[in-house]
Amino acid sequence: MTAVTPAPPDTAVRQAPAGAVPPNPPGGRSRLRAAAGFAFGAALLFAVAPLVLSDFRLALLAKYLCVAMVAVGIGIAWGRGGMLTLGQGVFFGLGGYAMAMHLKLADAGPGGMPDFMQLYGQLDELPLWWRPFASPWFALPATVLLPMAVAFGLGSLVFRRRVRGAYFAILSQALAAAMVILLIGQQGTTGGTNGLTDIQGFFGYDLDDPVNQRMVYFIIAAVLLALLALARQLIHSRYGELLVAVRDGEERVRFLGYDPASVKLVAYVVAAGMAGLAGALFVPAVGIISPALIGIVPSIEFVIGVAVGGRATLLGPVLGAVAVAWARTALSERFPGTWTYLQGLLFVVVVAFLPGGLASLWALTRHRAPGPASDRRGWSPLGRRRGDRAEVPAA
Amino acid sequence: MSLLWSRRILAGAMTVVAAAALSACGSKTSDEGGAAGVTADVSGDTVKVGLLNSLSGTMAISEVTVRDSIMLAVEEINAAGGVLGKKIQPVGEDGASDWPTFAEKAEKLISEDRVAAVFGCWTSASRKAVKPVFEKNKALLFYPVQYEGLEQSPYIFYTGATTNQQIVPGLDYLKAQGVKSVYLVGSDYVFPRTANKIIKAYAAANGMTVAGEDYAPLGSTEFGTIVNKVKSSGAAAVFNTLNGDSNVAFFKEYKSAGLTAAAMPVVSVSIAEEEVKGIGTQYLQGQLTAWNYYQTTPGAANSKFVAAYKAKYGADKPTSDPMEAAYVSVYLWKAMVTKAGAFDVEKVRTASDGITFDAPEGLVTVDGKTQHIAKTARIGKIGADGLITEVWNSGKPVAPDPFLKTYPWASGLS
Repeated sequence: MTAVTPAPPDTAVRQAPAGAVPPNPPGGRSRLRAAAGFAFGAALLFAVAPLVLSDFRLALLAKYLCVAMVAVGIGIAWGRGGMLTLGQGVFFGLGGYAMAMHLKLADAGPGGMPDFMQLYGQLDELPLWWRPFASPWFALPATVLLPMAVAFGLGSLVFRRRVRGAYFAILSQALAAAMVILLIGQQGTTGGTNGLTDIQGFFGYDLDDPVNQRMVYFIIAAVLLALLALARQLIHSRYGELLVAVRDGEERVRFLGYDPASVKLVAYVVAAGMAGLAGALFVPAVGIISPALIGIVPSIEFVIGVAVGGRATLLGPVLGAVAVAWARTALSERFPGTWTYLQGLLFVVVVAFLPGGLASLWALTRHRAPGPASDRRGWSPLGRRRGDRAEVPAA
Repeated sequence: MSLLWSRRILAGAMTVVAAAALSACGSKTSDEGGAAGVTADVSGDTVKVGLLNSLSGTMAISEVTVRDSIMLAVEEINAAGGVLGKKIQPVGEDGASDWPTFAEKAEKLISEDRVAAVFGCWTSASRKAVKPVFEKNKALLFYPVQYEGLEQSPYIFYTGATTNQQIVPGLDYLKAQGVKSVYLVGSDYVFPRTANKIIKAYAAANGMTVAGEDYAPLGSTEFGTIVNKVKSSGAAAVFNTLNGDSNVAFFKEYKSAGLTAAAMPVVSVSIAEEEVKGIGTQYLQGQLTAWNYYQTTPGAANSKFVAAYKAKYGADKPTSDPMEAAYVSVYLWKAMVTKAGAFDVEKVRTASDGITFDAPEGLVTVDGKTQHIAKTARIGKIGADGLITEVWNSGKPVAPDPFLKTYPWASGLS
């Protein structure tokens, strides 16, 4: 019960967010539960899944987990920060292309060129902007830093001008569309609609070998868990409180002397970095990155997964993203001709009857059977009540 | 306290990462056999084959017709006793007009269903996406659509036309008609861009000029600007590599700008009978197409194919070049398997050279070296009834030359 008691307004919003003690330290049992949940997730991903799934299904799971990484970021930016990021495909693509460019160059060998360049571009030498990606020391950090830099540039422009709501969503869509047109137009140097395919090796490991595919899966699972731990830290920090406050009452936060633009920018940049990392790991797992994966439709699909799972929770986006991706595969294999209708129906049902996403199922069962445990959680899965707490009177 | 806990959680995460890295250390020096292909499951009295087409998304309208004609061939073969005494069991998957989905479904068909061969794919991008999957698993794909050439995978049989069986004959025809300048209009993706590279090389060597070159995004319906540019360019003909819906808008705009087939003919390489129906005959009448097969192609084999298709799917359904190539690909696979006496992929590949089939389009021969097939090039004119009638053909099957090695003007292309 004590866990949800609002912190005194003066400590809740006046102290600097950086590195401060969270205003509402979750109860010891909550932390224990988080650790237990983390261990359970790790056991599921590292022990159970590899044992029960075939190589093919495990590779599919690796792909779903990459989508889940993007979802964790969207959960922070949209669920906690209220920014409807309909253009995460751009950051996913930047990370993916950076990784794929490096792997293509590594496949081609020193001084070599990716196969498609001569085919489509009739280029005699590697374009200048490809060259740095030959070095893993440039390419690997670039997979995360490049999307973050783009998000920083765009975010600083947009949030300062107080662009938000539908306008922000439209802007992010436009960015995704522009990036796709750019990639397709530069066929000679980007592979055009084909994207970058036929990736053979991953830092010396032959990707055709099932053992190495398994290794890629383990790396992806570990990174996802690490991102979840990071997201939990962020949500439970003082910054996380401030982010929710900005979401629910941006003007009030501004009047309190904070700069909402910077608060939003941090969440947006973090989400972009997560999407970039996801894109980078998607490439060795699936072996292709193409404009089809980063345009408007996939960008919306990322958000749908988050909405289905429950955007304001920690695990909701992950579960939603995996559930949607899994349903897509399962339905299309079972009903190749009609699966799109079934998938659409599923979205309608979830949005109509479970506006809080799959994660709110948990809360619903707890409302039905109220008990001493009902308020033990530090924050509501719907994320609404927490927002209310930010409504502190201006002192 | 809380910070301590967070550190522990982070430390936990790090431990897991480290453990993963240790436990899952990949085999860097894997022997070549480690990545060996999955063998097809032919233990029962049936043999599975995969059908990989887009049943949803932009490409569905075209790819469903290909699926239908593959099913027709499978049924006919089963009715005649199957392949090596086994009935063919088709396993369908939806590529959803999305290239990575094609790769996922190809992997599923090969490693989960363990099919003996896969038939399908339409766009070049989907073929490029599945190519590594088939090469990795050493499994077979039969690709039934005309394409931009410059490719030769040991695990793909290309039963549609390569450039020297479609685009080059189309250009030869225009040249013979005295056309000195062409305008290139295409959708913005790999096939049109690559095809236009080849056309430009051809034009340069054959005294033709390229009056202009424009690309519209896939699915675009805004052609006012492009048609105006075409009109004022003074070109004698248009070479059209637009795909799908864009053709509807383009030809409507073309007609309303006062351009006619007589004054400035358009040669299209992606408009077959099915598309003519969708675009509207009134916009297309008199325009030219380059293919290897039309519904009107004479011969007993074609009469039988057209009749069987209409009996199964409806009298109003036309047959087209990609459908015919898909239909033929199933029969070619059957002939290869029968000659090899086994479903084994390597044996089938070895047996493929010289396989012939009396196809609806005429006699086709498999070239074992390139894994393309020799086929007759045909230029057609779209009639008022929506059907295409042949105005010229190459007389005999044209040997496939995917890298255009026998054409001196193409030496810089590959």
